[in-house]
Amino acid sequence: MKILADLSIGAKGEMLDISDNLLEQKLLEMGCTPGEQFEVVRKAPFGGPIAILISSYVLSIRKEDAMSIEVKLLENE
Amino acid sequence: MSSKTLKIALAGNPNSGKTTLFNALTGLKQKVGNYPGITVEKKTGKAILSEKVLAEIIDLPGTYSLFPKSMDEQVAQQTLCNNDNEDYPDVTVVIADATNLRRSIFLLTQIIDLNMEVVLALNMVDIATKKGILVNVDLLSEELGIQVVAINARKRKGIESLKEAIVNAIDEKPKKLFLDVSRIFKGVIEKVNEIRGVENNYASFLALCKQKLSGEVINRCALNQLCKKHEIIPERAQAKETVKRYKAIDKIILSTVKKGVPVGRYQLTKWVDDLLIHPILGYVVFLSILFLLFQAVFSWSAYPMELIDGLFTDLSIWTANAMPKGMLNDLVVNGILAGLGGIVIFVPQIAFLFAFIAFLEDTGYMARVSFITDKLLRGVGLNGRSIIPLLSGAACAVPAIMSARTISSWKERLITIMVTPLMSCSARLPVYTLIIAMIIPADDFLGFNLQGLVLMVFYLIGFVSAIGIAYLMKFIIKSKERSYYIMEMPSYKIPDWKTVIYAIIEKVKVFLFDAGKIIIAVSIVLWFLSSFAPGKKFEQIEQQWAGKVDAEMHIAADKLEASYAGIIGKTIEPAIKPLGFDWKIGISLITSFAAREVFVGTMSTIYSVGGDNIQSIQERLKNVKNQDTGEAFFTPAVGISLMLFYAFAMQCMSTLAIVYRETKHWKWPAIQFLYMGVLAYFSSFIAYQILS
Repeated sequence: MKILADLSIGAKGEMLDISDNLLEQKLLEMGCTPGEQFEVVRKAPFGGPIAILISSYVLSIRKEDAMSIEVKLLENE
Repeated sequence: MSSKTLKIALAGNPNSGKTTLFNALTGLKQKVGNYPGITVEKKTGKAILSEKVLAEIIDLPGTYSLFPKSMDEQVAQQTLCNNDNEDYPDVTVVIADATNLRRSIFLLTQIIDLNMEVVLALNMVDIATKKGILVNVDLLSEELGIQVVAINARKRKGIESLKEAIVNAIDEKPKKLFLDVSRIFKGVIEKVNEIRGVENNYASFLALCKQKLSGEVINRCALNQLCKKHEIIPERAQAKETVKRYKAIDKIILSTVKKGVPVGRYQLTKWVDDLLIHPILGYVVFLSILFLLFQAVFSWSAYPMELIDGLFTDLSIWTANAMPKGMLNDLVVNGILAGLGGIVIFVPQIAFLFAFIAFLEDTGYMARVSFITDKLLRGVGLNGRSIIPLLSGAACAVPAIMSARTISSWKERLITIMVTPLMSCSARLPVYTLIIAMIIPADDFLGFNLQGLVLMVFYLIGFVSAIGIAYLMKFIIKSKERSYYIMEMPSYKIPDWKTVIYAIIEKVKVFLFDAGKIIIAVSIVLWFLSSFAPGKKFEQIEQQWAGKVDAEMHIAADKLEASYAGIIGKTIEPAIKPLGFDWKIGISLITSFAAREVFVGTMSTIYSVGGDNIQSIQERLKNVKNQDTGEAFFTPAVGISLMLFYAFAMQCMSTLAIVYRETKHWKWPAIQFLYMGVLAYFSSFIAYQILS
């Protein structure tokens, strides 16, 4: 198990659980459901937001929020 | 034959092409208003669907679901979930992005489950095909049990078929539920139906999840007991349902969407992003774009503004001569026409700024700007998108404050609105140039022009104080909304020119009609204050100067002194004396409220210069003596104090009017007026006391 905020650009993973309730609701309805695969595509400079490619669109999230997102790292690529 | 007007709601995710579809359906027959009591914008328009069917189309704020997280989303939810709502639609059109079908039909399936008449407009099917995403539209329609129409909103394709489908959807409920919540929460939903007295499973589920359904008093107590009995935690129930819904959606996607081979420039977005989100080049590009934007608002609009100014001057002269002399003539020319001119003069700046912003939004660049500036600005309570209002505030606060609308967090938007007028706007420039030329020698300082340096310092003061005040407000303004930054980064698109033009027309209309009313009213009050005096003072002045040299000039000066504005100026003199100001400056401070640059004209009248040529005013003002000391009145101390006062004080009724328009509350312009006034007074006071 990993934390989304810790992944580097190019890392691929699978959504697991979101510990923050409000954040979970918002992300779930935007398609970040458990098991959904994603790829980290961008990180803004100075510890700004990070962007992931998920369900064929790019989603940006603040790094602080990405701290509460648990993911599974997919190693096979 | 009677025709009827249908109510059609347009719903969909942000960036799904909803506004473009709205423009395609309604053309210019649009109206922008507000929902009662809140600041969310309400856009409606008229469309002809068929020979017999007219429709009023309401463009709901973009949302991802019926679980609202912000005021905007709440409006969308409440319109759709309550059939007593005055905007409750006969047919709802959900627009979905075919390149991203999974996420875009989530909202649609919720609306289907509310058992509403609904049509799916599937946008950008052609682009999806190029990207290798092949959607089987007929199968999708069958699976969902509703009509699905492929459209391309930008190219205005499929619009006629969509209109036909809307007409066919009247009184046609969806053929089946998408997800039956009563089977997920067995034995609970029926009970909620009973408590509510309404037979609608999904609406009852929303009520169970603590969603406010407007116009309905929900027996919360009974629902809480029900939750307790069945061990349901509303937040968990909502999450569980969302996951189940996506599972059902995934099943449909699997059968209706086939992955093909991408054709063409699918990689374009990645390339462009390599440049625009680059840790160094990204900011360089952004600053260059800002520079261009600033140029446009500041210099390009100078020509149309001169033209408007000239037109109104000619119109004033013509009216003054055409109408019989008297008070009415004066009211029309110096009150109403002057006020009207003061409003229309802003139109070029508003148009240029919004052309740029609409362009940047529509191409998808604005999302990148937020992405790279969010971290930097969030520290001071602002948002990545605050940078545009702040910097365009250096040209004019009025369009700048209107542009804060792209900030979705209410708190961050409010802070942006509150501090933007601190930026040195172009109306302060004439005041600064007049005073700087008087008190600062035109020497070089370290190879730079000293006057230019002082001017730059005043621009910096504006920027630094805006950031500082924003930081303070971050702790003072409370907000119930949690600040989110969860945003889709849309792929780049070539802007739709019609969308840009519609955006300009919309903003200009809002300014002219909403803020315009207030500005005209204040202009008339100011006109009254400076054109009337108690008793027969004016007649006496006219008799006194009759037949003397330069009579007209002296009469104007004396009249202003005797007028109500003059009386106010003299009344406040004790209060402004510690700042180094006399009653003459006091009058100018009051008349400046119409617009800061009026300062120059008022000073010229009160010192009876004749004309408002800056050089001649400077010459005249330099010779003004201080009555107590006999020295020159405009010492550096007075000049600096006066400039600081203009840097901070909120002396612009147009800005106050637009702040009221954008916040829908007099509280915010009032607070702004006060805090800026206090800031102005004390900084001038300190500067004068130290320097003199």
